[in-house]
This record gives sequence, structure tokens and C-alpha cells, in this order.
Amino acid sequence: MIAAYLEIRDGKIKKSSLETLAEARRRAADLGDTAAAVLAGASVAGLAGTAAAAGAAKVYVLEDPALADYSSQAYAVALAVFAAETKPAALFFPATAMGKDLAPRVAARLGVALAADCTRIEVRDGALEYTRPIYAGKALLTVRLKSSPQLASLRPNVFPAGPPAPGTGEIVKMAAAVPDGAVKGKVAEILKEESAELDVTEADVVVSGGRGLKGPEAFALLRDLAAIFPRAAVGASRSAVDSGWIGHQHQVGQTGKTVSPQLYLAVGISGAIQHLAGMSSSKVIVAVNKDPEAPIFKVADYGILGDLFEVVPKLKEELQKALKD
Amino acid sequence: MNICVFIKRVPDTESRIRIQQNAVAEDGLNFVISPYDEYAVEEALRIKEARGGTVRVVSVGRDEAAAVLRKALAMGADEALLVKDEAPETYDGLRTARIIARAVERRLPGADLLLFGKQAVGTDNSQVPAMTAELLGLPQATVVTKLAIEDGTATALREIEGGTEKVVLTLPAVVSAQKGLNEPRYETLKGIMAAKKKPVPAVTLEELGFGPGEPAAAVEVTGLDVPAARQAGKVLQGDPAETARELARLLRDEAKVI
Ligand SMILES: Cc1cc2nc3c(=O)[nH]c(=O)nc-3n(C[C@H](O)[C@H](O)[C@H](O)COP(=O)(O)OP(=O)(O)OC[C@H]3O[C@@H](n4cnc5c(N)ncnc54)[C@H](O)[C@@H]3O)c2cc1C
Ligand SMILES: Nc1ncnc2c1ncn2[C@@H]1O[C@H](COP(=O)(O)O)[C@@H](O)[C@H]1O
Repeated sequence: MIAAYLEIRDGKIKKSSLETLAEARRRAADLGDTAAAVLAGASVAGLAGTAAAAGAAKVYVLEDPALADYSSQAYAVALAVFAAETKPAALFFPATAMGKDLAPRVAARLGVALAADCTRIEVRDGALEYTRPIYAGKALLTVRLKSSPQLASLRPNVFPAGPPAPGTGEIVKMAAAVPDGAVKGKVAEILKEESAELDVTEADVVVSGGRGLKGPEAFALLRDLAAIFPRAAVGASRSAVDSGWIGHQHQVGQTGKTVSPQLYLAVGISGAIQHLAGMSSSKVIVAVNKDPEAPIFKVADYGILGDLFEVVPKLKEELQKALKD
Repeated sequence: MNICVFIKRVPDTESRIRIQQNAVAEDGLNFVISPYDEYAVEEALRIKEARGGTVRVVSVGRDEAAAVLRKALAMGADEALLVKDEAPETYDGLRTARIIARAVERRLPGADLLLFGKQAVGTDNSQVPAMTAELLGLPQATVVTKLAIEDGTATALREIEGGTEKVVLTLPAVVSAQKGLNEPRYETLKGIMAAKKKPVPAVTLEELGFGPGEPAAAVEVTGLDVPAARQAGKVLQGDPAETARELARLLRDEAKVI
């Protein structure tokens, strides 16, 4: 069995978790094995149907009052109980803020290795092989894991979510049994960003601005452009963030976030190696820049050479038309 | 406050990476302290300045890692410890975490706070801090942009998708640093001179109680490649309205992303 841990936020299973489950299904199929889903929380059984409909042959529901607020300590206890009882061949996590916090903790509890932030998983000679970018994407490392279960976290937006499957999933409830006093740290509060903006790591389209924008005002142009797409977000280079034009949660790159949207638009961004590190796994890259020598053109699938203040408003009009057709 | 900071020696982020026989060639690389670890050192120094205590910096690696320890001493850390590990890069975070956890138990008594970078640039694993926390039974907050210490507790803000999480920890605890936590100071000439006089004691894995070949890595490298370079694509120029129209057409009909 390959199990996928499904992250719940605001009472919903996150899209990246459904991608993780879909990949578990595909690789399990390669191995002639089954895929399962794992839900953890104080009261999450109501989501088991969604997991089953996404193709999990079994849905494990780990419930305990100690899991009401996220705590890596408590959740690691629960997932270790799950792994000890069901002995999965592999356990996949989404490489989200929660998944990256939790997966290594579970790995240490189980005494196993973890392949983190994978962008490809394949079965070769009957074994799972995990590929992940290292050196900020300048190299691709492929590994096998010699400990069992095999733990991996999967970069969001890279693996397809896959078609829904008939909801045949059997629901198995398990007591998570988090011992009293085991939890020394937990989330006390979640402070939402005022604007209910989509995070850059979750968007299908990312419109990013750099120093070429010359000030915070021009980010309004990018927001306008982003607004024509259903799941879009505004990103930024470090220069734009360090200049205080936009919050650091928007920064894409080595010290910012890693994004892999369908479409990445780099506007007034030169394409420094540390910026490329955060966006080069995007499916299609478009650059708008007035300098023909800007390195961003070397990685962009399409570019417009011109002044962004003239190009971006036109681009919004034309893309809007193209979306309507 | 008794603080330990774990720092790794890594190639700087400008480095051109060459690969030889499933390993990254080291010649010609310029090595630095991993940038996130610098935030961790800075945070430790600020906490010490506000509350008193000591800052000990620790690196696991070959003799060359002493250079990053000296840098941290020059920034103001009180003591350094090199845990000698001759193994080439294993990519196995648990192996490193086991070494660090053992060093904490045997050589670094009384730590109230263990500070890490959110990831070691290069291997980009983001796993050693949480693994160390689990091995030592400590609570953790990873990818932290703000940290406040009060008597016996730490309150940390960490970035999540679309917001910020406030995590409350009972000390001792593990915290990993993200950009935004602080601005690391530069070493002063005085600091560099003082650091030169400080010893950098070393301890071997054997002295930490590991047997030959221990701890073993469970990660087997089967491939290491330079990714296929993205091809430079079509660059349009001319009238903004026309180039915008053509781009929209290409994105729809050729790239099929809209
Ligand atoms: C350790 C380290 C980590 C880093 N991490 C990151 C990171 O996470 N993310 C990141 O982005 N950077 C990072 N950097 C910084 C990086 O090296 C670059 O300095 C930064 O990406 C440059 O930002 P920029 O492209 O916006 O600015 P610039 O390099 O100044 O480029 C501005 C571009 O705008 C164009 N332009 C100007 N005016 C117009 C106009 N009117 N119309 C069209 N185009 C115009 C220019 O031709 C130019 O190409 C890091 C650096 C270091 C050392
Ligand atoms: N060899 C090492 N020596 C000391 N600290 C390390 C070492 N490897 C990792 N760390 C610490 O763990 C953090 C995360 O590393 P990683 O999990 O490898 O990305 C780093 O930023 C360091 O603080």
C-alpha cells in the first residue's frame, strides 16, 4: 500500500494533497499495489468521502482531541501509529508548509529516510525512485530509499491531480492515542492575510514583478492582469520585496518560495540565478523586459521586448479576449 | 539562555554546479555558511544580548567546516564545536540529525534553544531541524520569521500558504530560521581577531559513541544530472498592442496554457 497524507485547512482537503493521492495511485498501480489516504484531526471523518472519491482504496481516519490544533509532535505520533499498524510500503506528503514541517518529524519517529520536495517519482526495476531538484534546481538528484516505509514529500502543482475515481474507499477509523503531556508545542492561532489572496505556491498562474516596476504602484497593474485568471497570484523578485513594494510572502526564488504554475509571467525581472531557482519548474515562462540581454529571455518560452508600462495593460486586454474565445 | 546554533558549510548560491560520477565536483566552488544558518546565528546573538547566556555554534563535517564556525565566532558566538564527519554528502537528513542529537546529548548539556536554518542550501533538504526535534523529544517551529522568548516559552511566527501561523513552544525547543527573521550583522575586525584566538574543539563520531560506519545512510543515489536547459523561446517586439495579441494567441494555440 502507498498511503497519502491529506492536509486539511479550513475544513477542506487541500488541492496539493489530492495531487499527492493521485501520484500515490499511479505509482501503486505500477507496483500492482493499492493506494490509501490518511486523514488526521479532532473530527475529520466527514472528509473521508472526498478522499474515497479521489480514488483511495482505503481511507484511514485518525482522530484524537489532541489533534484539534496542528502540532507536529502530536501529528507525528498519530502517523507513526498509523504506519506501525498498517505497514505501508510508502507514505507520501504534500511538500506544503505543513507537509515540510511534519514529514521529517514522522521520518525521525519511524527511523527512516525522507525524499523531500520531489518533482518526479518513477518505478524502475520494481523500486520507487525519487527525483528532486538540488542546488536550487541546478542539479536533479535521483534516489532510492533503503529504509521502510519510504517517506517522500511532493512539490505542489507538479503532479497532476488525476481524474476522480468511483468512491469505493473503505473507511477505517484508528485511535491516534497521543499520550497526555507529549505535546510541548502547537499552533495557537492562524493569522490570515487580510486580502483572501491565493498563495503563489498554489496558483495556476503567477504574475511576478521586479525592480523594473520602479515602485509599489505598478503592482496594481500586475494585480489587474492576475485578476483575469481563476487561480492566479502576484509574485515578486527579492529586489521588489527588499524595496518594500510588496510583502515578503510574495517573494519567489532561492530565499523565497518555489512555484510551479502552468504559466509564470516575469515582468521587469532580470532573471538572476536565485530568482530562477524558485520558478524554473513552471510549465510555461513568459518574460516582459526592455533589455534584450536580460537573462530571463534565456529561460522564457515567450518574451515581449518592450516597456512593461505599455505592454502589461495591452496584455491584460488581449489575454482577456483570448480567455473568452 | 543557553543557545546552540547548527550551521553547515555549503557552496555559495552563485556557484556553477558540475557533476562527476553522481557527485557534485567540489573544486572551484566557493564555500560559505548556509545563508539561513546566518539568520539563526544572528537570532541567537540578539537573544543573548537581550537576556544573557551563551551561544554555542556547531557544525558537522570535515575539517574545512571549521571556517564557518570561525565566521560565527567572529559574529560574536562564544564557543564552537566541530563534529568530525568524513562522509561525503549523503543527502540523508536523518543521518545528520542523529549525529546532531547525539552531540546535543553528550556534548552540549543544558541547551534551552536549538536554532537551525530552514534548509541547507545545496541539498535543499529542509529536514534536519524537525528530525532533530523528534529524536530529542522537543517541540519545533520551522521556517520562522519572528521569534519571541519569554520565561520558559517561545512564540514563533511561521509562514504558511496564505497566512502566518503562531506556534507556542515550551522550552527547550527547536526553531529553524527563514529570511525575514532578522538582518545578520557583519563581523567586525575586532570580532575576527578575537575569533582567531578562540579554539575550535573537534569531536569524532567515535567519541560520540557511534560504531564504524554508523550512523549509516539510507539514501542511495541512483542519478545526479544537470537538468536539460530550458530553450530560449520566441521573443516578440514592436507595437505593444500587436505583440500582446500575438502572445495571447501563442499561449492559447501553441502552449495551450490558457
Ligand atoms: C543568497 C541570495 C539569495 C537571493 N534570493 C533571491 C530570491 O529568493 N528571489 C529573487 O528574486 N532574488 C534573490 N536574490 C537576488 C538576485 O540575485 C537579484 O538581485 C534579484 O533577483 C534581482 O531582482 P530584479 O530582477 O527585480 O531586479 P534587476 O536585476 O534590477 O532587474 C530589473 C529588470 O527590469 C527590467 N526593466 C526595467 N525597467 C523596465 C521597463 N520599464 N519595462 C520592462 N522591463 C524593465 C530591466 O531590464 C531588468 O532586467 C538573492 C541573492 C542572493 C545573494
Ligand atoms: N552538517 C551539518 N552541520 C550542522 N548543521 C547542519 C548540517 N546539516 C544541516 N544542518 C542544519 O539543519 C538545517 C537544515 O538542513 P537540511 O535539513 O539539510 O536542509 C541547516 O540550515 C542547518 O542549520
